[in-house]
Amino acid sequence: MNYSISVQQDDFDTAAEYQAMRDSGPGTGAIATFTGLVRDSGDLQGVNGLFLEHYPGMTEQVIESLIAEAAGRWDVRKARVVHRVGELALCDQIVFVGVCSAHRGDAFAACAFIMDALKTSAPFWKKELSGSSEHWVEQKASDLARHPGVLKP
Amino acid sequence: MSEDHTLTVRFFARLREELNTESLTLPIQPDTTAGQLLTELARRGGAWAQLTGAQPVMIAVNQTMAKPDTPIGPGDEVAFFPPVTGG
Repeated sequence: MNYSISVQQDDFDTAAEYQAMRDSGPGTGAIATFTGLVRDSGDLQGVNGLFLEHYPGMTEQVIESLIAEAAGRWDVRKARVVHRVGELALCDQIVFVGVCSAHRGDAFAACAFIMDALKTSAPFWKKELSGSSEHWVEQKASDLARHPGVLKP
Repeated sequence: MSEDHTLTVRFFARLREELNTESLTLPIQPDTTAGQLLTELARRGGAWAQLTGAQPVMIAVNQTMAKPDTPIGPGDEVAFFPPVTGG
């Protein structure tokens, strides 16, 4: 299994990411990808941007451990995570997760697991920007229900 | 060397803003835990009191998730931050 992780300010190109996943070998029969975008409502209404902060070093280590966990549970031939940080505008891309597997079930499941676990485990924090107001997003019970997170108080 | 007797404390997101502090270098006593450090910092009062308040504070020691009873020592990097909200 090979994988790569990028935490970056720059945007990413989903077509290029997808093409890069196609070289995972002849055993790959399925590629599942997920892309998350900045939407206009969260804790606040009328959100027109986000600020994303992370803990450099620890973030990459946590994502690496989540990919390893996914590879232990499902067939994962290649995994890719890109997460942006800094100031993002409405409709901007935030996060990309891609997984190559032999079969679609594993690809879907591993991709969903990495994404769900990332939300409650990787040290990123989102601040919503709406006009002149700012609000640090609260962790959601619905996200914790999908994955309890490795980060416990 | 002073480095031998200090640790680094880092704060992120809402805590970083409300404490107006990104990082601190503090002298460290022997046999200290992350929770004791948190309590000591909360005694500074004002915004610092929230470190032991109702809102959960996550702890990492050397970039690995930790608990209040995790021992800390000279040269360690201890981080305190709110529950994570990426993705």
